[in-house]
Amino acid sequence: MTVAEAGILSPAAEKLRERVAASPAGPRAEVLDLDLPTVEVGPEDWLALARFLRDDPGCRYELFIDLCGVDNLKRRGPKSRFETVVHLHSFVKNEHVRVRVVLPDTPDAKPTLPSVESVWPAADWFEREAYDLYGFQFTGHPNLHRILCHDAFVGHALRKDYAPGQRWFYAEEDLRFPEWAKETDVRAGHFETQTISIGPSHPATHGIIHIVARLDGERIVRAETIIGYLHRCFEKMAEKHHWNQVIPYTDRLNYVSSMINGVGYVRTVEKMLGLTIPDRGRLVRTILSEFSRIMDHCVCIGANLVDIGALTNFTYLYQNRENIYSLLEACCGARLTVSYVRVGGLAIDIPDDFDARCRGLLESIPPFLEDVDKLVSNNRIVRNRFSGTGLVSRDQAVAWGLTGPMLRASGVPYDVRRARPYDFYDKFDWDVPIAQDGDNFARYLVRMEEMRQSLKIIRQALDVLPKSGPVNSDDWHVVLPPKDAVYHDMESLIYHFKLVMEGIRVPPGERYEWIEGGTGELGFYAVSDGRGGPYRLKVRPPCFPNMAAFEKMIVGGTVSDAVASLGTLNIIAGELDR
Amino acid sequence: MALFGGKGSLPAHQGPPAGGPQGADFLVTRLEEMVGWARKNSLWPFPFATACCGIEFMSVAAPHYDIARFGSEVMRFSPRQADLLIVAGTVTDKLAPVLRKIYDQMPEPKWVVSMGVCASSGGFYRAYHVTQGIDEIVPVDVYVPGCPPTPEQLIHAILRLREKITSGEKSRDSRSARFAAGGA
Repeated sequence: MTVAEAGILSPAAEKLRERVAASPAGPRAEVLDLDLPTVEVGPEDWLALARFLRDDPGCRYELFIDLCGVDNLKRRGPKSRFETVVHLHSFVKNEHVRVRVVLPDTPDAKPTLPSVESVWPAADWFEREAYDLYGFQFTGHPNLHRILCHDAFVGHALRKDYAPGQRWFYAEEDLRFPEWAKETDVRAGHFETQTISIGPSHPATHGIIHIVARLDGERIVRAETIIGYLHRCFEKMAEKHHWNQVIPYTDRLNYVSSMINGVGYVRTVEKMLGLTIPDRGRLVRTILSEFSRIMDHCVCIGANLVDIGALTNFTYLYQNRENIYSLLEACCGARLTVSYVRVGGLAIDIPDDFDARCRGLLESIPPFLEDVDKLVSNNRIVRNRFSGTGLVSRDQAVAWGLTGPMLRASGVPYDVRRARPYDFYDKFDWDVPIAQDGDNFARYLVRMEEMRQSLKIIRQALDVLPKSGPVNSDDWHVVLPPKDAVYHDMESLIYHFKLVMEGIRVPPGERYEWIEGGTGELGFYAVSDGRGGPYRLKVRPPCFPNMAAFEKMIVGGTVSDAVASLGTLNIIAGELDR
Repeated sequence: MALFGGKGSLPAHQGPPAGGPQGADFLVTRLEEMVGWARKNSLWPFPFATACCGIEFMSVAAPHYDIARFGSEVMRFSPRQADLLIVAGTVTDKLAPVLRKIYDQMPEPKWVVSMGVCASSGGFYRAYHVTQGIDEIVPVDVYVPGCPPTPEQLIHAILRLREKITSGEKSRDSRSARFAAGGA
């Protein structure tokens, strides 16, 4: 019997229970102590509880992290079929909380709950996603339409009774164009306005994003973003695979820094298993994650500058990527989609010249950054294009659920590596760069400085990296035994067979683990029913709320400002649409 | 292959008529071969980069691999100016009509390279929203395997396409017929 089952709550959960008891939803809400303090509530109390959690001085859960649905059709235990799971963060308390809205079964399987878009604007797109994939009806939502799947789609794809391969024919005329964009805006004595589509295939969208904008002359008066053009069904695919088989899919979420995704995912599974990884393995993960962060920022800044006409910087910054690719290729054989991590460690040990290669990169990267710094940071054209455009104030950034460099450029020093240090980030000496202006130039500066801080972290990690020793856990229920042992030892052969055929047995339960990805807080919410693969896996993509903010950010600016702003958001379509 | 002639490099019976200027530069070839030679050396790609393969495509365009060595570096973001459609990345059912429209907008002659397994067959996304190969929508000239393919593989594909252009070989267009303009 665990502490939670005995009815004894951790201090954080106990404090939350006291607060929630004083809320309007108090008598009917239940506080559980899982991996996070969890409030269980019915849909009738959800809106009141949401307001309370945001405004109560003892809570102040201001940052909306994630909202997702869970279908319990094939799982024993939960009382009702559907539930909505919400994660929130409080800057004051520096902690996350989970709210589970248990939705009573209805005969038509269309559960209804109130929308919290009025409480946290960031909930807008997350609720649309839950509507799209699960069919939840959010009452009071301003724009409840499908977001990821196309508009001719029938059914709700993440329900357990939906066949993974069932496709629907979609033609161009099926696209749901926003209603406001169809009307003509004729105001007396006013210059004619027009509606344009930026995308889906447009050089400035870096991937496939569709922005419908109404222009008054050169200024944008209203905009709406249509996404889902790269919805590759990551979550449905994850439910059909073993825990380790999901790793290649995670690489293709944020494919610009694929290593970080893998680390975030396996950390979630390792926490569910209660597994510890040797320090050497964790240090290698840290080093490669930081190199990936540099790659991520290089592409973001390089592509952004190309959009505003500064082509040279792209060639400088991209060379860093090529050099880092060589390191990754030496480690695991792949350049981009590495699949290098495994639950319990790494796929294979690092090469002998790992240290020398890393130190070579530490020498080669700074000159490129210096060159870009000299070319761009005081360049008048860049300053004119970036300064004062794409403005996001501190309050807006928090309300819109932004994380990562976007949030830090608006003056909020929230970095997961500092707020909740994982691996060895609390042992190293590094700073969280922030800027106050909240414009495109501030975001550029934050990213440049973050690359330098990443180099600093890598240097310290290399100094303490043991020359030899295991990178993997020796728990053979999780990690494949060494190959010679499999050939010569019966027991190892059995472990190998069971792991490959049945997958890792993860104890039933749920877990939300989050790390700092290239674009912000990257979280994985996993539910296990004890089988060899995830019952439900939700990724909290940092791009998703960032992109949701875009249509609000660009209103009032010109089209050319919107192009510059889109680049600083660093939208990676694989992660945005999953 | 086109035959290039210089001073006295061709058989006498193909040479200039007697009495004409001696030692003039000339060449003898078929018109299609001459045109094919020009086309293959100045492919203007439209990068339809949707996903991870798009990042590897950027590597091909960046200085290290430098697609300019093969005369294909003039990226056109308007389909009306391009003759090579490089589909780099997954195409979903939502995106399929967009891809077909872009293909239809490209002027003839045009070629399509399917970069990566997602574009070629749907890859490991055998799922409810992913087109199981772009040849459901457009005819494909060269398929490049890999997830993502290495830059060398894409360069190899472009070299193969150059051979195809000079030989005048046509691509198969069976699966994509129902999407063709005018058809349903």
